[in-house]
Amino acid sequence: MSPKQKRRLLAISLIVLGAGTATALALYALSGNVSYLYSPTAVRDEGLEPGARFRLGGVVLEESIQRQGGLKVGFTVTDRVNEHAVFYEGILPDLFREGQSVIAHGRLREDGVFEADKVLAKHDETYMPKEVMDAMERARGDGASPAKAY
Amino acid sequence: MLPELGHFALILALLLSAVQALPLLASAIGRPAWRAVAAPAAVGQFVFVALAFGVLTWAFVVQDFSVAYVAQNSNVDLPWYYRFSAVWGAHEGSLVLWALILAGWTLAVAMLGGHLPERFAAHVLAVMGLVSIGFLSFTLFTSNPFTRLLPAPPDGVDLNPLLQDFGLIVHPPMLYAGYVGFAVAFAFAIAALLEGRLERQWVRWARPWTNVAWAFLTLGIALGSWWAYYELGWGGWWFWDPVENASFMPWLAGTALIHSLAVTEKRGSFKNWTVLLAISAFSLSLLGTFLVRSGVLTSVHAFATDPTRGVFILIFLVAVIGSSLALFAWRAPKVGLGGRFGLVSRESALLTNNVLLVVACATVLLGTLYPLLIDALGAGKISVGPPYFNAVFVPVMIPILFLIGVGPFARWKEASIPEIARALKWALAAGIIVAVALPLIYGQWSALTALGLFFAGWIVASGVLNFAERVRQTRAGRSIVATAFSQPRSFVGMHIAHIGVAVFVVGVTMVSSFQDEKDVKLAPGESVDVAGYHFTFHGVKAVEGPNYVAAQGVFDLSVDGKFVRKMNPEKRNYHSSAMPMTEAAIDAGLLRDVYVSLGEPIDRDKPEGEWAVRVYYKPFVDWIWGGCVLMALGGLLAMLDRRYRVRSRAAAIVPAGSQQA
Repeated sequence: MSPKQKRRLLAISLIVLGAGTATALALYALSGNVSYLYSPTAVRDEGLEPGARFRLGGVVLEESIQRQGGLKVGFTVTDRVNEHAVFYEGILPDLFREGQSVIAHGRLREDGVFEADKVLAKHDETYMPKEVMDAMERARGDGASPAKAY
Repeated sequence: MLPELGHFALILALLLSAVQALPLLASAIGRPAWRAVAAPAAVGQFVFVALAFGVLTWAFVVQDFSVAYVAQNSNVDLPWYYRFSAVWGAHEGSLVLWALILAGWTLAVAMLGGHLPERFAAHVLAVMGLVSIGFLSFTLFTSNPFTRLLPAPPDGVDLNPLLQDFGLIVHPPMLYAGYVGFAVAFAFAIAALLEGRLERQWVRWARPWTNVAWAFLTLGIALGSWWAYYELGWGGWWFWDPVENASFMPWLAGTALIHSLAVTEKRGSFKNWTVLLAISAFSLSLLGTFLVRSGVLTSVHAFATDPTRGVFILIFLVAVIGSSLALFAWRAPKVGLGGRFGLVSRESALLTNNVLLVVACATVLLGTLYPLLIDALGAGKISVGPPYFNAVFVPVMIPILFLIGVGPFARWKEASIPEIARALKWALAAGIIVAVALPLIYGQWSALTALGLFFAGWIVASGVLNFAERVRQTRAGRSIVATAFSQPRSFVGMHIAHIGVAVFVVGVTMVSSFQDEKDVKLAPGESVDVAGYHFTFHGVKAVEGPNYVAAQGVFDLSVDGKFVRKMNPEKRNYHSSAMPMTEAAIDAGLLRDVYVSLGEPIDRDKPEGEWAVRVYYKPFVDWIWGGCVLMALGGLLAMLDRRYRVRSRAAAIVPAGSQQA
């Protein structure tokens, strides 16, 4: 190999190495930080273990909001097929209402309650997030559609 | 009648944009004389788009609810100033604004591009005409803002309350001016590819345009971030929301572009790369528009959506990106790479900067599109959280911050490391002092805090040193002050923008290291402390706005027992909408903001009782936007550099005929 070729080879291998490392790091970071959206039905069907982190999506069940002292609040999320209890401590968003769609970020506790660290409600009262709508449709659907709603 | 006129004006504008695109055909079939139509068509297009925009604005001002778009986004009670901004408060009107800004940029190019070779200038206008065809037909065929709603409702629905705010009046026009401004750089790149060469004169011509576009985009993003901070009531300034990313990706590519243009102008290197970046910056702007406007994203910005729009803009996106990349693949070898340079040189520093910015852009792109990809594959609904972006983005930015200090000291072509190191030893010292001292004052030290502050000190000190050295070298017997003031504007602009980065880094570092936040339940008479600030709650009172009623919290802010001011956050209920809105009360300051917002009454039926309240202490948070303003100022100042003007005047004197060689 001529010196020029050597330099070129070095440059190319450095680029490949750099790009490879960057991609690997990005994918690794990605794998640790994606969170799936599950409807209550999917939570049940998936058999999720306590400690699992995910997003729970659905509608806040009517008459399910209970204040538990301080800013602690409990409520139930439903996809109109199954239900799941949620616990949250903090300020609920403006659009958090019974009968309105909601997405809670958090993890499953040992007692099966979903402990949320963030609760999101849509910024438009007439609009349900597409992913929640899809999840609910799947939960409602017959056996033909996969029970997994992600 | 007027709305129909507006509609016709848009149709005429579309036809004129087709005429404006003629030069491409003219060159292909060997009729060079036809190319002369581009400039007059650009003027005509601007006139008609402006007319359409004017008509739409008028419909809002006089509350013509027989226009469906007005009826959906305005209301009899809407204050007059929001009627203007309501024009671009939703999808259809935003597109008209997009088209207007594009027509404005095209007009400016037609007016100011006179000294370019006739063929090249006509091709630039023609490519902009093609872009305009895409947007105007998108508006006309899928999102006509002039559609009638008959019978007209007596009262409109109202502008989304979130958007009834100063931030929204200015955020979209700024952002669009940036997005669309990259169309100029894009058109320039395509025209250069068509010529098969990239002349230094053309690059010099493209630089100020790109700078202005970049400065607008910077301001637009900063305004969006500021708006989210004070209006959404979550106290955050950046959420890595897909829509934020959509505006951030063109910014990253654009930042790489303005640096690579510098190399191409000064040294003739990176030619291909510059062309590719110009294509990327604009393609990412289009992608951003697609993501926001098609409704594929679940976000604050995706209000009502319509799948046909998504399909249209996706096709447009694929056509633009596909054809320009194909053209690039075909013609780029002809354009060539340009001059050579040593391993240690300013070119290398700027190349590294470019690679890092592109990598950062790619990681953001990956995080933004990954959920869409997974969803499209039917493999589930996921979201990618801020930890991903922080984990990949911050490490990529660190070498860039380091290079900001080094770059200006590195010579073109061949630089020497010992020389740079000697010049920068005081900057290193300044960085270390800031990194040690400031956290000590705030009483808490962490590696990331120190790192951020180190780079802020490093960038400012190296900028000052570099400026001082330049003054010393160019002094030639004049006074120091006179020399300092006679430095080229592009040089001063560069340092102002870089200091803006440092200011931004200080803001981000301080606020993420030392902010404090409390969510509490307060009954009237109770109080809460955060970071030494004492808030006493005196209950809420009912107040009435033009189109809403609000519960207004009454808080006294005091420090060390001394009363500072009253703070009145509100919880508003707009008449036209069931959604309540939080208006935070912010006491802004140079070194910190304190922020209080009302959550909800603990018992919904007893607003006179206990409330959930959120209080924040945000040190240096305003530096984040201040830094962005400095960056934009630097970009604008560089655009005003005499070099761009003098040359263009000198060139304009040359008779037009002699340029057509």
